[in-house]
Amino acid sequence: MPGEPGIWIFIFGDMSVFVLFFATYMFYRGKHSVLFADSQRLLEQGLGAVYTVVLLCSSLAVCVGMRALRQRSSGRIDDFASRSFVIALACGVLFVVLKVLEYSRKFAGGITPTTNEFFMYYFVLTGLHLFHLLIGIGVLGYLARVARRSNVTDRQYAFMEGGACYWHMVDLLWIVIFAIVYLVK
Amino acid sequence: MTRPAPRATLSALVYVWAGLLVATVLSYWLGTDHVIGSTTPTYSVLIVLVAFVKVRFIGLYFMELRSAPRLLRAAYEAWCLAACGTLIALYVVR
Repeated sequence: MPGEPGIWIFIFGDMSVFVLFFATYMFYRGKHSVLFADSQRLLEQGLGAVYTVVLLCSSLAVCVGMRALRQRSSGRIDDFASRSFVIALACGVLFVVLKVLEYSRKFAGGITPTTNEFFMYYFVLTGLHLFHLLIGIGVLGYLARVARRSNVTDRQYAFMEGGACYWHMVDLLWIVIFAIVYLVK
Repeated sequence: MTRPAPRATLSALVYVWAGLLVATVLSYWLGTDHVIGSTTPTYSVLIVLVAFVKVRFIGLYFMELRSAPRLLRAAYEAWCLAACGTLIALYVVR
């Protein structure tokens, strides 16, 4: 099992909470389809795609890092895994910077969470995701640090696997948000 | 269900990643009125489907569920199916 059972209980629970939010959003979308469609036009779909690409690259870097860690003979100090996690972390930071700029443009245009129902969902869903991503950046920092040690215990390794899975969860949640908030009309 | 698969090779991971990038471009293309006369509801349903195909691949390959205990993988696949179905149903039924 990748990681410990506890992380999977957490991951399924967290994903389910998000799906409940997504379902609520889809339900209210149906009730106010014109308002939602009109408001959605103010979103930057291209940027949404860029976010997705950034996170997909970061997830690949995490996979590469975990593989390198696994294939490394114990006792060796090898920076490759750690550098992979740092690359993933840099992608995460890029996401945050782009997201803050996106929010700033919205605020500058007079669009806030209280503007209408669509934008309430937009800010809540992307904001909740951003919160998870910020925690994920911390997790990646931990992975980068531990990967530099010559000896990683089984316990640490299982924890790292769990951390990697958490980051992939952040990635996949964005994929759904991009689809239903930015694209679905 | 079949036995858990061996861990994916690096090239398999890269192919999956490349496929996910292509799927992203496809979703963007479907979602931004690039096809004149497109039937919007169909395209939107496709977008959600593509999204959950991506979610499934991330789980199976990046989260290594392909090589995880079968029950865990089954739970994930069932979750993806339920989530995708629910969101499409809520979109279609208005």
